[in-house]
Amino acid sequence: MSAYEFVDHSYDVVVVGAGGAGLRATFGLANSGLSVACVTKVFPTRSHTVAAQGGISAALGNMGQDDWRWHMYDTIKGSDWLGDQDAIEFMCKEAPAAILELEHYGLPFSRTEEGKIYQRPFGGMTTQYGTGPAAQRTCAAADRTGHAMLHTLYQQALKHEAQFFIEYFAVDLIMENGECRGVVAVDMATGKIHRFRAHMVVLATGGYGRAYFSCTSAHTCTGDGGGMVLRAGLPMQDMEFVQFHPTGIYGSGCLITEGARGEGGILRNSKGEAFMERYAPSAKNLASRDVVSRAMTIEIREGRGVGAEQDHIFLHLEHLGAKVLQEKLPGISETAKIFAGVDVTKQPIPVLPTVHYNMGGIPTNIHGEVVTLKDGNPDSVVPGLMAVGEAACVSVHGANRLGSNSLLDLVIFGREAARHCAEVVKPGRRHKPLAADAGDLAISRIDRYRNAKGELKTSKIRLDMQRVMQNHAAVFRTGESLQEGVDKLDKVIDSFGSVNVSDRGLVWNTDLIETLELDNLLGQAAATISSALNRKESRGAHAREDFPNRDDANWMKHTLSWVDARGKVSLDTRPVHMYTLTDDVEVVPPKARVY
Amino acid sequence: MAQFSLPANSVVNPNGNVHKAPAGSKDVRSFRIYRFDPESTDKPRIDTYEVDMGSCGPMVLDALIKIKNEIDPSLTFRRSCREGICGSCAMNIDGVNTLACIKASAEIKGTVKIYPLPHMPVIKDLVPDLTNFYAQYASVKPWLQTRTPAPPDQERLQSKEDQEKIDRPSACILCACCSTSCPSYWWNSDKYLGPAALLAAYRWIIDTRDEATGERLDELEDPFRLYRCHTIMNCAEACPKDLNPARAIAEIKRKIAERKQ
Repeated sequence: MSAYEFVDHSYDVVVVGAGGAGLRATFGLANSGLSVACVTKVFPTRSHTVAAQGGISAALGNMGQDDWRWHMYDTIKGSDWLGDQDAIEFMCKEAPAAILELEHYGLPFSRTEEGKIYQRPFGGMTTQYGTGPAAQRTCAAADRTGHAMLHTLYQQALKHEAQFFIEYFAVDLIMENGECRGVVAVDMATGKIHRFRAHMVVLATGGYGRAYFSCTSAHTCTGDGGGMVLRAGLPMQDMEFVQFHPTGIYGSGCLITEGARGEGGILRNSKGEAFMERYAPSAKNLASRDVVSRAMTIEIREGRGVGAEQDHIFLHLEHLGAKVLQEKLPGISETAKIFAGVDVTKQPIPVLPTVHYNMGGIPTNIHGEVVTLKDGNPDSVVPGLMAVGEAACVSVHGANRLGSNSLLDLVIFGREAARHCAEVVKPGRRHKPLAADAGDLAISRIDRYRNAKGELKTSKIRLDMQRVMQNHAAVFRTGESLQEGVDKLDKVIDSFGSVNVSDRGLVWNTDLIETLELDNLLGQAAATISSALNRKESRGAHAREDFPNRDDANWMKHTLSWVDARGKVSLDTRPVHMYTLTDDVEVVPPKARVY
Repeated sequence: MAQFSLPANSVVNPNGNVHKAPAGSKDVRSFRIYRFDPESTDKPRIDTYEVDMGSCGPMVLDALIKIKNEIDPSLTFRRSCREGICGSCAMNIDGVNTLACIKASAEIKGTVKIYPLPHMPVIKDLVPDLTNFYAQYASVKPWLQTRTPAPPDQERLQSKEDQEKIDRPSACILCACCSTSCPSYWWNSDKYLGPAALLAAYRWIIDTRDEATGERLDELEDPFRLYRCHTIMNCAEACPKDLNPARAIAEIKRKIAERKQ
């Protein structure tokens, strides 16, 4: 390995990723007096949080009565009782203060007549524990809330003079006797390999939407933290739960916010029917995303899709009028024009359920500490390692995330991770020397792929994987199709041994980076499809046609999945937390989930 | 006497590699793309890629990705969201700075010419070094500055009308299309802040919640930082989000003039 040399760094804490969760953690840490570095593969404001549109939920009650307990109830129901109720309590209770904090940082929220933060209705958000009218709980900055939030958080990081390593690609964790000691990253501008020692590594690397062929996710959403965790021999959790957003633009997959339906948009089939009334009589177009995506899929299957191939659905916004569209939904008006050639004031948008979000991720407790199942303890903390945001599975979203709970998840747990680090990490504590082989895993992989001389391009293997996932782990699933998918994916993973990387350079070698990303995606694709085959019930986003009902007796538990270097998956479970954090609120017992 | 000498690597070989479309392709477009490999001693060159548009998405970014996936994996460019919000894929296409992900190939006549953003150091191919651009953004202190403590348990109130003033300026995606289209910035990017950073400064100057307006204007009142803007207006022309940095700069100048009266 003498061809590669490390550039060594030591910090109290290293954050990997500079999206909403990573930035919130980073400046929280910088503010607490710990030395912190944020390692990110893209410039912070390019992170995919920037693309979030509709808003961020919090029971502020600016637009009508609200209560964080109602928000908690809705989130538990949305999760189809797979969410951990202690974590959900924590998130919903902390939400109002966290949102006001963002406003105090200068986030340019839209406003009510009184000058307060504007809030809009969103799917699954109700009042009075589901018995009252729809809640207006989702705080919005027009329809570019994620952009407003990410830029505000980056600005705070600048204010706190946080240290960034930008366009550094994190390759692998440095693990020593089950403890995380740091992380190895490549500086893309030079190809130099950097070894970061840290008392705590916080993974904030986002989801792995690019495991699928059609997704709303950015090209960079390759689940790099999840890949690193799997290679460290640690499990992922609830990977079978992949959210299909009802309204990705047909063709490009670009997102049209649920806020479009929150403002009054209506889905219609080829007969012009507002079909959601049949599937969700009270919530209609604002039912939970899994419910709407299934309804759309059924409409298309039964021959009522629109277009020449009858393979998509129309989202109508014309009736909202040009003024509302301009004021509340300017971004998606522009997106629809560019990617569907549609003038939303006159024509409907062609849409299709599109992969959008991973409820699953790296299992953590409410402080963001990574946990694993060890010696019968399902909450065994992995020393030195934390995870936050979409990369993590706390689990606040369970089997299905409610729209606008993701941006909330980012700030709540990014903030909590920083707070917890400040409590457990002493500033400037000396680092033990690293083991002699620290970083070898990363170097061996970089070296192998940089010199890979097989016959298959990275893009070919990636496309093969994406097609398997798209066809076999979709909105509806059957045991037979999933098994076929598992077998096909095995072959794709085998074919990765024949990968070819033709760029041999060190500087900005994106051929190499895409190959490392593909490695991360393949492990998580395997975990996803095997977990889906294993779960013999329907819950939230996981809809098995051969097991159409939820089975609380046998399946109210989290799936854990380990993936070995050859792509073989092993599974186990952790219990769902059916208890609350405090006495402020009661546990919500499972019941039928009707919208 | 002024000495004019071209910097290294500024002479481009127009006859780089040519990648022909596969036989049987029906709707072939030529893409001529700037290539620069910092690890070789060769001058930059223009490579030609013939792309079968029948199996290619509509945007220029789709074509770039198709080239990278199917023809030449060494072609290097930044990209992420592919929907015009992250600002990664800013480049010079058909002579205009824009985002490759929202620029349709069909809008361009003839050969599609693609270069990195102008007048920036090139790291590799279409990847410019934006370090100075980002530092200038940071230099305007783009965060809320107040003396009055925030109200406890409540947001700072702001009227809809006042919010509207910051709504568009805060929609900047930092793609650098504007600054790198500005001739003043080309000449004086070491001292002139450029339209993107000035738009960011303006966004905070007019935010009714901010209480550092005077200091912000003081910082900008400088022959170079602000006044190198000569209202050429390329910035407003280039902005892929239809923002108007030129107007923001004019407003800043007006505010400075007004407070002298």
